[in-house]
Amino acid sequence: MKRRKNLAIAALCLAAVCVHLLTLLTGTQFYLTQATMAAYYGLVIIGLGALMGYAGQISIGHAGFFAIGGYLAASLTTRNLAVFQETWPLRGLDALNMLKTGQDLSGDLLLTVSPWAACGIAVTTAALIALVIGIPVLKLKGHYLAMATLGFGTIIYRILLASPYFGEADGISEVPGFTLLPAMGTLGPIVVSGDAGLRVVNYYLAWGVLIVGTLLLLNLIGSRVGRALRSLHSSEEAAEAAGIDTSRFKLQVFVLSAVYAAIAGVLLTHFNGGIGPSEASVMKSVRYVALVAVGGMTNLWGTLLMGVGLTFLSLRGVFGTYDDAVFGMILIFVMLFAPEGILSLRLKLFFQKIFLGARS
Amino acid sequence: MSLDLFFQYLFAGITYGSIYAIVAIGFNIIYNATGIINFAQGEFVMLGGMISISLLQFMPLPLAIAGAVVITMGIGALIEILFIRWLESPSVLRLIIITIGISILLRELALHVWGESIRSLPYFYGNEITTFSLGSVHLSPQVMWVITACAVMVGGLNVFFKGTPIGREMRACAANRTAAMLCGINTRNMVTLSFMLSAGIGALAGCVMSPITYTQYDSGASLAIKGFTVAILGGLGNSMAAVAAGILLGILEAFSVSVVPLAFQDAISIAILLLILFVKPHGLFGSSEAARLKDF
Amino acid sequence: MNGSGDGLRSELEQVPFFEEAMLELQSVHKRFGGLHAVNDVSFKVAPGSIKAVIGPNGAGKTTLFNLISGNLPITSGTIYFQGSEIQGKKPHQIAHLGMARTFQNIKLFHGLSALECVMVGRHVQSRAGFFAGMFSLPSTWNEERAIRERSMELLELMQIAEFAEVEATSLAFGQQRAVEMARALAAEPRLLLLDEPAAGLNIYETAEVARLICRIRDMGITVLLVEHDMSLVMDISDEIVVLSFGQKLAEDIPFNIQKNAEVIKIYLGEDDAITA
Repeated sequence: MKRRKNLAIAALCLAAVCVHLLTLLTGTQFYLTQATMAAYYGLVIIGLGALMGYAGQISIGHAGFFAIGGYLAASLTTRNLAVFQETWPLRGLDALNMLKTGQDLSGDLLLTVSPWAACGIAVTTAALIALVIGIPVLKLKGHYLAMATLGFGTIIYRILLASPYFGEADGISEVPGFTLLPAMGTLGPIVVSGDAGLRVVNYYLAWGVLIVGTLLLLNLIGSRVGRALRSLHSSEEAAEAAGIDTSRFKLQVFVLSAVYAAIAGVLLTHFNGGIGPSEASVMKSVRYVALVAVGGMTNLWGTLLMGVGLTFLSLRGVFGTYDDAVFGMILIFVMLFAPEGILSLRLKLFFQKIFLGARS
Repeated sequence: MSLDLFFQYLFAGITYGSIYAIVAIGFNIIYNATGIINFAQGEFVMLGGMISISLLQFMPLPLAIAGAVVITMGIGALIEILFIRWLESPSVLRLIIITIGISILLRELALHVWGESIRSLPYFYGNEITTFSLGSVHLSPQVMWVITACAVMVGGLNVFFKGTPIGREMRACAANRTAAMLCGINTRNMVTLSFMLSAGIGALAGCVMSPITYTQYDSGASLAIKGFTVAILGGLGNSMAAVAAGILLGILEAFSVSVVPLAFQDAISIAILLLILFVKPHGLFGSSEAARLKDF
Repeated sequence: MNGSGDGLRSELEQVPFFEEAMLELQSVHKRFGGLHAVNDVSFKVAPGSIKAVIGPNGAGKTTLFNLISGNLPITSGTIYFQGSEIQGKKPHQIAHLGMARTFQNIKLFHGLSALECVMVGRHVQSRAGFFAGMFSLPSTWNEERAIRERSMELLELMQIAEFAEVEATSLAFGQQRAVEMARALAAEPRLLLLDEPAAGLNIYETAEVARLICRIRDMGITVLLVEHDMSLVMDISDEIVVLSFGQKLAEDIPFNIQKNAEVIKIYLGEDDAITA
């Protein structure tokens, strides 16, 4: 069990390296940009997969958490806070060396929050909002839960669209890079940014984050808490009778998946150098749900592969103007013909044969 | 706030509220027959508006509206037959996702047929500056069209469900599907019929509101959320309460304009939805005892 | 002490109750709208005993179980478990106090193997939290191994160890029941509630279940069961409570219950008339 997990993770690392080498050989390194973005979206999708597949709770508002992460990181690192210089939150950040000073175009003081602090604030805020929203929302089931999360996502979207601070319909651009590690010796700095020279670094960084995220989720699913989650999915009554505090565990996974989405939002915003309101739209949330469904709700690997793969194709513009329609189709057809995910169709039998054969 | 302004807001609220009520009743009809919340309900309204606008090029307005309603009903039936009918005891999650998929498809279809431009039907009587006076309040005649059309639909549905054999059979299905089946009612056809009916009233609402609110390929989504808010507010499945709840929400929204920026208006109704879901998920008028018997 | 005043009651609460009763129900009521499903039911379950609740269909047996385990809120009355009041507590809280149960219509977990289902039952006996699990902290390794070993032992006890890796919901009916029992035992409860443990089993399997229940009692676990199968109940129970239309009709040792005219009338004699 454990060995298989480690093997799969190793295979994933290897695959990431292979893709890089392949682009080197074929001279198509520009693909790495979309592969990087797809990896960050993949992080949102596996987080949502844990919530939907393992805990059995639907959320049609996860783009909201992505946007909270992305928008807070973007606004804190770009908006000038010089007017608030003497207020206590800024003094506190200053004391922690978490502020960046510079000059704006007219030569005045430009005071912004450093990316690390902004990232911390963004992810913490997303987690807190998930906690506050999750307590009442997760008491609901079925249609009610779906509509409540949809409503939450729409509120976030409307607020972003209506707030000048968040750039209204234009969003926020010119977000600086996020220096994770400064340059050390011969190693260059590790910066999350769309700079062409840092493309390879960013590719590996994104995939590193995704792989670590996957590993942590796999650990969780195999653990005591993971078993509790999987059990409450099929019978809350029996899970409760076994001593499982179902509402607590549901909330924990909800917050975890929100944190995954927020981290992805922060990193992707720095990578893209900006974020727009479409990232918060209902269509985005629906797309995440579609990708989880395609991969198979209770199949983290399927979710990961289909999620990253389809997102990559979509980002490459393969579906053209039919992008949203393609995801709508995918949703319907998967739910009609393969509710356990595309991979479950024939491959499931195939895999079962292999694994059962190996076991006996 | 002057009295005139008050009545202006009031009538605007009632107008929008009756539209919300119709969308909510559309939700209720399908919910009662199947236990499904049809997330594509708002798209029926959009389709009604769009199709009638296109048909208007070939025929007079009343025919165009009738045609749009019939075509949308056909689409509703088609959706049920293609995507819902043959599923065997599907889970709620599956149905939610399927109807969401359908709503996306309809929206994308509209985008490719009609483009992103904002369209509208002409005013049924006069034009946008025509007004008539009700006391000291000046109203567009279209407001009366909307309110009348909604009232007629509600009345008509009432007669249909209570007075006709088919309506009674549909109510029997809603009350207990198995028992209805044992009584010889073809429950599957009743489900198809419920999709047609709900598509039809949605389309008609889409036509009468089009001159005031305009129609765009993506105008269904926010209507669906508001319609759902109203359906929940009135208690899911309870259509008479939905009318009251719809007008309540419409008026709340209309008056909130004077307090909250327009851009946040949608957020208000959603906030109300969330609040109701958290505090009283069985609706303002529903009893918790009855709601518990239903499958959430 | 029954029927004593309120003052005395509160004094008695200071005394550790479980010395005399593992579980005690005091005039428990449950109403569903107009239906009085459980009407003024009181009884005690002595530690280390097997007590059965019987009654015709619709007598309120399963409802009573759901009240005790906290799955349904009680309308009024008091339930003491090991001396402390448990009404109003959530099912998972009651489970942590040492009560485990099985379900009449088996509720196993879809997608989990038989072994994993039993491991879920160890939940109350283990502590690894969210982050410990996520980061697979070394502190969880030993616990995880212990959970696995103990769960395997229980599957062996139930003689279904060979199906440990098979998806639980795909097992045969009797085996599913065994998994459910193992899951309940995995919590190492003080009190085990069994909801019709022999339903759907043939006569040999039923005899097997009877032996098993006695073994469970011998392990020091108090058993309260709801059962239809009269022979099973008469053979193994120390005491029997008879319910009819939500009310307690009789409470006695099996020998006396068999002779009780009223019980014979409602349960044995007119069973068909009542269930029809």
